[in-house]
Order: sequence, then C-alpha cells, then structure tokens
Amino acid sequence: MPEPELVAYQEVRAPEASAPAAVEPKLDYWSMLFVFVLSTFIGIGVIKRVSRLLHTPLMSLTNAISAIAVVGAILVAGGDFPVEIKVLGAIALFASVTNIVSGFLITDRMLKMFKDPKAGKQGEAKK
Amino acid sequence: MIASFVQLAYVLGTVLFILSLSWMSGPKTARRGVGAGVAGMALAIVATWIQPSVVDHLWIIVPILVGVAVGVPLSRVPITAVPQRTALSHAFGGLAAGLVGTAEYYLHVSEGPEHLTKFRVGAIVLEVLLGFLTFTGSLMAAGKLQGLRWIPQRPVTYPLQNTTNLFLLLVAAAAGVLLVIDPTAAWAAYAFPLLITLALAFGVLLIIPIGGADMPTVISILNSYAGLSAVAMGFVLDNKLLITAGALDGSSGLILSIIMCKAMNRSFTNVLFGAFGQVQASAATGEQKLYKEETIEGAAQAMEQASLVVIVPGYGMAVAQAQHKIRELSTELKKRGVTVKFAIHPVAGRMPGHMNVLLAEADVPYTDLVEMDDINSDMPQCDVCLVVGANDVVNPAARHDKSTPIFGMPIIDADKARMVFAIKRGKAPGFAGIDNELYFQDKTFMLFGDAKGVIGDLVKQFASSGMH
Repeated sequence: MPEPELVAYQEVRAPEASAPAAVEPKLDYWSMLFVFVLSTFIGIGVIKRVSRLLHTPLMSLTNAISAIAVVGAILVAGGDFPVEIKVLGAIALFASVTNIVSGFLITDRMLKMFKDPKAGKQGEAKK
Repeated sequence: MIASFVQLAYVLGTVLFILSLSWMSGPKTARRGVGAGVAGMALAIVATWIQPSVVDHLWIIVPILVGVAVGVPLSRVPITAVPQRTALSHAFGGLAAGLVGTAEYYLHVSEGPEHLTKFRVGAIVLEVLLGFLTFTGSLMAAGKLQGLRWIPQRPVTYPLQNTTNLFLLLVAAAAGVLLVIDPTAAWAAYAFPLLITLALAFGVLLIIPIGGADMPTVISILNSYAGLSAVAMGFVLDNKLLITAGALDGSSGLILSIIMCKAMNRSFTNVLFGAFGQVQASAATGEQKLYKEETIEGAAQAMEQASLVVIVPGYGMAVAQAQHKIRELSTELKKRGVTVKFAIHPVAGRMPGHMNVLLAEADVPYTDLVEMDDINSDMPQCDVCLVVGANDVVNPAARHDKSTPIFGMPIIDADKARMVFAIKRGKAPGFAGIDNELYFQDKTFMLFGDAKGVIGDLVKQFASSGMH
C-alpha cells in the first residue's frame, strides 16, 4: 500500500537531489493520517456523550477550538515573507482571533445561564 | 530545544482540547471545559509565536488586537442572535483556512517549489476549497438567519440547479487535480485562482436552495467543514495540533448533523440537494378544516386544574421572544402545584440546542428541559400540552401520511396529551405549507395571536386570579 505513494514522492523530489544540501523536512504524511483518523474517533466518542442540552454552547466551543488555524496564521503573518503573503496571514490571524475570543466568551456566557435548581436555592423542587 | 518545547506544548494543547470537549458532557462540568479550551489555545499561540521563523511581531500584535476588538462585541450579541453569530464564526474559520492555504501555495511556488509535493498540494487544494466554500456558504447562512433583506429567505431553486452545482464542483475538482499533477506549470497560475473562485461561488449556490427549517443541519455541516479545513491546514504545515483540533471540530459537526438529519428523517443529500419547502406548496389543498378557538380564561382554567403541563416550544417562540413570558407562566403554574416540563425537539429552532439556550437564558432550570425521546412516554399522562410556535415537530401526519414531506420524522407526541392548546400567529399553514392535523383534533384548541402577547395574557390571568 505505501509503495506507490513513496515513489510519487521521490519523483517530485528527484530533480532537487542534485542541488546543494537544502535539508528538507520530510513530510511524514502517514503518521499525520494516523493522527487524523484517531482524533476523529476520539472526537466522535467524546461528542456523543455531550448532553443535548448543551449543543449550542458545544458548537460555539468547537468554533473557538477550530480557530486553532491561528497557528498557521501566525506563521504566515509573522514570517519573513513578501508583504502580499503577510497580508493574507494577517487577515487570517484577525479572523481566527475573533473566533477564539468571541467563541470562548459566548460559550461561557451561555453556560452560565444553565442553572441547576438544586445548586442554587435549596427550596426548589427536586424531581 | 525550542522545537521540543513547541511539540510538548502542542501535545498538551491536544490533551486540553479533548478534556474541554469531554467536560461538555453535562452542565455541571461544562464551564471547566471552557477553561481547558482557553488554556489549550493560549499554549498553542505562545508555542507558535516563540518559533524562530516568526520574526515580525507587529504583524501579529495588530491583527490580534483588532480580532479582540471585534470578538468581544460579537460575544455579547443577544441570545436570539446566536445562530447568526455561529454561522458568522464558521465563515471566519473558513476564511482563515482559505487564506492561509492561498498564502502557503504562493509562498512555495515563489520560494521553494520543491516543497510542493503531491501530498502537500492535495492538502492545500482541499484546504482552499473547503475554507472558501465554508466562508461564503456560512456568510449566506448568517444572512438568512439574520433576515437580511437582500438575501432570499425562501429556498431559491431553478431548473438544473443540482446539475449546475455538480458541474461547478467537477470543474473545481479538475482544477485541483491538475494542480496536484503539476503545481508549477504555466496554467497553474490560472488553475489556482479558478479553484478559489469556484469554491466561493459553490458556497453561495449550496446555501440558496436551503430553507430556514433546515438551518440546524446546514450549520452543523458547515461546522464540520470548518474543522476539516483546519485539518487540511495541519497536513500542509505538518502540524499535528491543527490536525487533532480540526478533527475534533469536524467530528463534532458530523455528529450534530447526523442527529439533526435523524430528527428530520432525512439524509444529508436530501438536505443539501432537496430544496425543502419548495415542492409542498401544492400539498395544502383538500377540504377547508375549521379551527376551534379557546379564550385566555378557558385555557388558564384548564392549565390551573392540570397536574402535568408540557410546553412544546418552536422557532415561533424565538421569533416572538416569548421565552421570558413562558418562564413567568411556568412559575405561576408551579406556584399552584402544577408540574411543568418543556419538550425539546432536536430540530426546534435554527440550530442544535437553540431552544435550550433560549429557555436557560429566561431562567428556566435545565432540569425542566426534557428531550423528545424522554418526554414522549409521559405524554399520555399529560393533562395540557401547550404548543408555542412549533408546528411540524408536533404534526401527527409525520407518523402515517406518506404524502407529507415530513413523513417518518420523529415528533413530540402532543396529540397523546389529554388536551392541547396551540398558539399560532395566523391561520396559514406552517413552514412546510402543510396543515397540521394536531390543530383539528377534538381535544385541540387554538389561541390565535402573537406568542408573547398570548402568554402574557395567560400570566396576567393567573396574576389577577391571585392565590386560590
């Protein structure tokens, strides 16, 4: 199974091999695929246990978490690159930070609204 | 040294994100989950920022400040606007992924074409495609939810719509494949912008045929896409934290869309390509049936004498902003020894869990909010069922009438209650354009009017009758 992919990879890199030692980080895409598959299964297992009560806050929380794209945005905006590239990164960084800030804040705001009658006033009904 | 610290921070970040989502399992631990998420994100940002390749700090600080300035007000929108805000943030997520993918592509083309392996270009193509289609698709969804005038609320359909969409998608896929084959060829300079344009257009076209009632599913699917575009970015950057966090988000969107689809007895393809609400306009023929009306006094009396009252809220409650009045009503009833429960259908409202958040905001304790599957066994013991702005989710026709578009959809068994009151704005049929059989049962009585007004009158009725 890995064979054909490996060949393809080398084909692309072949012409470069003669160039003086630009040490290129090898993309370990098989382990990336493993990470992707495993974390998808963890995600499914974890999300299935989330109370339906909290599906709206769940969505705003995952919004904030998927703004992890901020990592890519920082690398692009802060790197030593041409300005056009950095502008793209800066916009992406702005969009991600907006999602992080508003996502976490609104999730917390919504979660604060879910009140347990038992925890608050003792008098309320316990059914 | 720094490299190891960065990887360690990313591993910790992954752990914190998984914990964050695990703690969402119940309202008691959920706020801890937000804390874990914030910690994970802070670690990820710091670990990335200190990398030696990041040299231009002003370019990072300024966007962060602007992002905070926009993000804080966005987090303070009224709870009724949460579906729009969610769609908008999917759009931002998609935009970020699309832009970073674009930047990576041009960076590699100009500075190191040898980095453009087939795998990496494939990931960039996916990232850009998913990112930009999520961007425009979510903007359209947000516009529809906000009720912007220049975005059509009703599904827009035209001949050969699905064929057109499929064609566009195929062209985009072809452009992507060409790029993978030779990312530095002369025509790649055209193929890449073409890919972006098609992705942007496809996002719009995907959403215009979708109606309001399908929004919960669509929002969930877009949520999933936003996550998957982050995964693709992880593949491009060889960054496993991006992959794990994106996969968590992607699977969350996937699970939510499956729940939403099941709750409507429809498939993904049917939601995306079915143009719900279009075909059914003709279904509302047949004999003119008569509604039986009830007065506020009569309804109040029946509820006062009940031992179990079940309230079924729907999108109409959100539109009328009736949730606070409903809470007052339930307080009045509880004072009189009546048990009050809220029956929540998974697709009630415009996003998953919409009703729960609205009612929680109005101070209804979450222990009173009961899921459809749990309340249905209690419905035969229910003395009065009060339907507030819900329609299709209580229509018994879903059980037996094969001709109705909602056939097979699980419903809240309001018709099994001993008596039903339904609050309805007008006498027109509901969203799907079909008559609701529930309204014509012998034991059903209508309360016509704006939900907030009608319930306000009920509350006044109780208040003026005082303690009895």
